[in-house]
Amino acid sequence: MSLTLDDVKRIAHLARIEVDETEAQAWLGQLTPILGLIEEMQGVDTSGIAPMAHAQELMQRLREDAVSETDRRDAYQAVAPQVEAGLFLVPKVIE
Amino acid sequence: MQWEVVIGLETHAQLNTVTKIFSGAATAYGAEPNTQACAVDLALPGVLPVFNRAAAEKAVKFGLAVGARINRKSVFERKNYFYPDLPKGYQITQLELPIVAEGGKLHIHVGPSTGSGQAAPAGSGQGYEKDIRITRAHMEEDAGKSLHEDFHGMTGVDLNRAGTPLIEIVTEPDMRSSAEAVAYAKALHSLVRWIGICDGNMQEGSFRCDANVSVRPMGVEKLGTRCEIKNLNSFKFMEKAIEYEVRRQIELIEDGGKVVQETRLYDPDKDETRSMRSKEEANDYRYFPDPDLLPLVISERYIEDVLAQLPELPQAMSARFMSAYGLPAYDAAVLTSNKELADYFDATVNALRETLSPSSLPEYPEGHKGERDAEATQAKNAAKLAANWIIGDLSAALNKHGLDIAASPIASAQLAGLLTRIQDSTISGKIAKEVFAAMWEGEGEADAIIETKGLKQVSDSGAIEKIIAEIMDANPAQVAEYRSGKEKVFGFFVGLAMKASKGKANPAQLNELLKQKLAG
Amino acid sequence: MINSSLKELSGLLAAKKISSVELTQTFLHRIEALNPSLNAFITLDADRSLAQARAADAQIAANQASPLTGIPVAQKDIFCAQGWRSTCGSKMLANFVSPYDAHVIEQFDRAGAVNLGKTNMDEFAMGSSNETSFFGKVKNPWDLNAVPGGSSGGSAAAVAGRLAPAATGTDTGGSIRQPAALTGITGIKPTYGVVSRYGMIAFASSLDQAGPMAQSAEDCALMLNVMAGFDPRDSTSLERDREDYARDLNQPLQGLKIGLPKEYFAEGLSADVARSVEAALAEYRKLGAETVEISLPNTRLSIPVYYVLAPAEASSNLARYDGVRYGYRAPEYGDLNDMYKKSRAQGFGSEVKRRIMIGTYVLSAGYYDAYYIQAQKLRRLIAQDFESAFKQCDVIMGPTSPSTAFNLGEKSDDPVSMYLSDIYTIAVNLAGLPGMSVPCGFGDNGLPVGLQIIGNYFSEARMLNVAHQYQLATDWHLRLPPLGNGV
Repeated sequence: MSLTLDDVKRIAHLARIEVDETEAQAWLGQLTPILGLIEEMQGVDTSGIAPMAHAQELMQRLREDAVSETDRRDAYQAVAPQVEAGLFLVPKVIE
Repeated sequence: MQWEVVIGLETHAQLNTVTKIFSGAATAYGAEPNTQACAVDLALPGVLPVFNRAAAEKAVKFGLAVGARINRKSVFERKNYFYPDLPKGYQITQLELPIVAEGGKLHIHVGPSTGSGQAAPAGSGQGYEKDIRITRAHMEEDAGKSLHEDFHGMTGVDLNRAGTPLIEIVTEPDMRSSAEAVAYAKALHSLVRWIGICDGNMQEGSFRCDANVSVRPMGVEKLGTRCEIKNLNSFKFMEKAIEYEVRRQIELIEDGGKVVQETRLYDPDKDETRSMRSKEEANDYRYFPDPDLLPLVISERYIEDVLAQLPELPQAMSARFMSAYGLPAYDAAVLTSNKELADYFDATVNALRETLSPSSLPEYPEGHKGERDAEATQAKNAAKLAANWIIGDLSAALNKHGLDIAASPIASAQLAGLLTRIQDSTISGKIAKEVFAAMWEGEGEADAIIETKGLKQVSDSGAIEKIIAEIMDANPAQVAEYRSGKEKVFGFFVGLAMKASKGKANPAQLNELLKQKLAG
Repeated sequence: MINSSLKELSGLLAAKKISSVELTQTFLHRIEALNPSLNAFITLDADRSLAQARAADAQIAANQASPLTGIPVAQKDIFCAQGWRSTCGSKMLANFVSPYDAHVIEQFDRAGAVNLGKTNMDEFAMGSSNETSFFGKVKNPWDLNAVPGGSSGGSAAAVAGRLAPAATGTDTGGSIRQPAALTGITGIKPTYGVVSRYGMIAFASSLDQAGPMAQSAEDCALMLNVMAGFDPRDSTSLERDREDYARDLNQPLQGLKIGLPKEYFAEGLSADVARSVEAALAEYRKLGAETVEISLPNTRLSIPVYYVLAPAEASSNLARYDGVRYGYRAPEYGDLNDMYKKSRAQGFGSEVKRRIMIGTYVLSAGYYDAYYIQAQKLRRLIAQDFESAFKQCDVIMGPTSPSTAFNLGEKSDDPVSMYLSDIYTIAVNLAGLPGMSVPCGFGDNGLPVGLQIIGNYFSEARMLNVAHQYQLATDWHLRLPPLGNGV
C-alpha cells in the first residue's frame, strides 16, 4: 500500500491539519519510509491470534452514580481562547 | 405502480442517571451554560473516563424488557470526528460489541383511527397488531449543544449535555407506514418510561428519533435507497416528515429520477425535508477500541438481578386485562399505553371489587363453583365498567383540561366509589355523570355528593306509581293513543316520569309499572 | 549535599541539619546557574516551591514527616499541576495553566515533597532525543553537544546534572529508560497500571506509564512508594495492596537467574555498549547470579507494531487540541475547519504532526485491519515471548539503548533511524511489563551506558533489589558529569 499525495491530503483533512501543496509533498516524502518500516508486519501470519488491546486482561470498573463534580466554570474558562456568557465561542457552525 | 414503504427507526434515549456516563458531573436539564461540564466533560489534557454503573443497569433493563440477548462482554470504542460540541474530538460509543445484542422486539398496536391516509393491511379496519424487531441497542455519550443565535458572527458552545448517557435503539426496516413508525415510536417511548430508564421528554431532547425511509415497488424484495430523516422531535412531526419523504421519493422515482442516500432534516414550518449538505462531507470515523476503558463484563447473576427488578410489562399487562377481565384488545392496548394509566385502571378495578358487597350478587344454588363464577363475572363487570369510564368520561375530562392521568383530580379509589353506586343501582348512569362532574370539581366522595344532592334513585313503587298516576291524568289523549295501539308514545310517558322524578326513578322499575298502568 | 541520596537528605531534614527551604534554595540556585546551558526546565516558580518547602518544614517540626517530606522533586511537564503552566513541551499548551492536579502530583503533595519545577520533554512525549520540544533542545550534562535522550530528557538532565535530587518521568516506548541510560542515572518504568495516568497528558493510553528517575535504585524505590497506588479516576489503574518497593533492597542475589535475549546482543548493538553490559553481567555473576540465554523472537517486530499502535492512539488522544476550550488558537482564520486546521498546524510541531498523520492513516477506512488489528495481534505475540522467557529466568538483562548518546541534530532529520534506536525498550511497553535502566559504564566517547533490567509483572521490588545490589558493588551511578559542580 504505497502512499499517494491525495492520501496525504485526505489524512491531513481528517486530522484537521492545514497543508499546502508543497507541505503535502514534504509529508509524502517523510511518511513513506515510516510506512515502509510498518510494512514489515504484513509478512507475519497472525491467523488465530486474538488482538491485544490492554496490557492486563481486566474488566471495566463501575462508578457509583453520585455527583462528585461541582461547578468550576470560571476556573476552566480562564484558560479558554474565547468565551462569552459562559459559552465557548467558535466560528459559525453551519447545520 | 403500487409502492411499498420501508421504514427503520434509530432512537436516542437519554438514560435518566444522576451523573454523566463517564464523569461525576450532574445531568440535570436547564442549568447555566457549562456549569455542569467538569474537567472530564471538557476533555482537559490528562483527564480520563470512568464508567457510570447506573448507565449499564438501565441499558440492560431495556435489553431484557424487549427480550434481546445481552452481550456478556461489550466494548467501548472511539468514533473520531471534529465538531465543537464534541470536546475530545471523538465520541465514546459501542460498535462491534454493543451491550444489547440481537433478538429484541417491540409489540405495537396500530390503531384504526390513525389520521394518515396510508393503507393498513387488508381487513384491519379495527387496527392491527405487529412486532417490530430491534437489531441492537448500544450505549454512548451525548454531545454538547451549539447555540446559533449570533455572537458577533460566532457560535456559542454549551457542554452541559456533553457526556449525558444515551442508548441508541436501532430497529430492522420492519415498518411499512408512517402510522406503524409512529405506533412503534409511541410504544418505545411508553416502554422506556414504563421501566424507568428515560424521562421521555421530547422537548428537552431526552427522546430523539431518526427515521430511515425508502420505497420499493410492491412485491419487490430488494430495498430501495434510503434517506435518514433527522429532527423528528414529536410524533406528529415524525408522521408528517415520513409522509412527505415517502411522497418525495415516489414522485422522484416516477419522474425517472433516483433517490440519493443522504441525511435529510425535517423542517416543521415548511413541512418538508431538506438535504443536510453539512453532513454530506465524506466521513471516516476511524473507530477503534477506547484504550482508556476496559471491556464491560455483565454476569449471569447481574442479569437475573436486573430481571427481578423489572415491572410487569405493557404487553403482559394488556394480555392479563384481556384474559382476566375480558376487555377487548383495543381497550387493553389503550389502558396499557402508559404505566400511570394502567396502574390507575388496575387500582380502580381492585377498589371496586372490594367495595362491592356480596349481597349485591344474585343467589347461586350450589356451592363454591357458583361463587367462583360469581367472582369472575363480578370482576369482569367491574373491569368493563371501569374501562368504559376511564377511557370515556375520565380521559375526555383529562384531555379537555390538558392533564395526564397522574394529575387527575379524581383518584382511582374515588372513581371506584362512584362506580360502586352504579353497580348497586343506587344511581343511574345518567346521574353518575352529574356526580362525576361534582367529584371533578372537588366536591368530595361520590356517596357524600349523592347524599347532599339527594340523587338517590327512587325504587319505592308507591312513589313511582304516584308520579305515573299524575302524568296519566294530565295526558288522557296520549293514554288513549297508547291503548289504541300506538305504543310509540310509551317513550313520551317515560320522559315525563323521569323529568318528574328529576331522573331519579329506577328506570327498570318505571318501565315495569308504566306498562301495567297504561295497559289499564 | 547535591550529591546526597534521598535517604541522606531525608535524614538531614529529620535531624534539622538543613531545612527544606535551604535545600530547595540550593537546587533553585543550581538551576539558575546551570539551566541556561542544559535547558532542562520549562517552568520554574520559586515562590510556589518555597511555599511548599515552608509547609514541609512545619510538617517536619511537627514530626509528621514521611520519607520524602521537604525533598524537592522535579516534575516532567506532562503532569498537570494546579496553578502551574503544564505545556507537555508543546506550543499548543504553552499558555495552559492547569486548573487541576494529576494523581502523581497529588501523591507528592500528600507526601510533603516540594515541586521544584516542570522539566522539559519531547513534545507530547514523542521523541527519543528531546529535540522536539517547543521550548528548545535539552543538552546532555555529560556533553552539551549530545542529546539527553527522550522523551523525559529534561528530568534525566536535571538529575544527572544534580539540578534536582530526583524527578518524575513517563515511558511509552522507553522515555524513562533511554534518557536515564544516556545521562547515567537510574530510572524505572513500573508495570502498566501501577501508577495512575490521571492528569498525565496522554500520548498512547495503552502504553503510557509514569515512573521515577533518580541517582540510584534505592532513591527510585522511595519515589515509587509515593507515586504508586490505586486511583479510581483511571480505569486502567490496578486495584492492589500498597507495597513497600524498598522492602527487598538488601536481599542477596544468590541464585538469581538472569535471562539474556540473544536478539538484544545481535547486530545493531555498538561494541562499547556491549562491552559495558558484558562487564555488568560479569559483576552479577560475582554477586551469585547465573545467566541463561533466552530468545524474544519477535523483538524486531516491536518497532513496526509500536509505530502503528502508539500513533493510532495518539492521533485520537490529540484530537482534543482544537483551539476551542483551551490551548492554542490561530490568530487568523476563516470558517470552523480553517480554525481547526490552522490552530493544529501552527500549534503542533513536526514530529507530533508526523505521528498524528501516521495514526490517522492506519485507522482510516480500508487500512484498519491490515495495520491496527495486525499490530494488536503481534502485540500479543510479543507479550507471549516474555511470558515464555520468564519461565526460564527471574529477570531479563541487556542494553537499554544500542548506543550511547548521539549528537544533537544527528538523527533529527531521519525519523526511521531515530525510531530504530528504541529497539530494546519498546517491547516492554507493548507487554506492559516493568523495566528499568541502571548506569553500567561509559562508551568510547566517554558517555554513559545503561543496563536494562526487565522484570515480570509486579516484580518492581525484586528489580530494585537486583539494581541496588549492583550499585552497592559498583560506583557508576555516583559518577558526576563534568559541569559546574562548584556551584
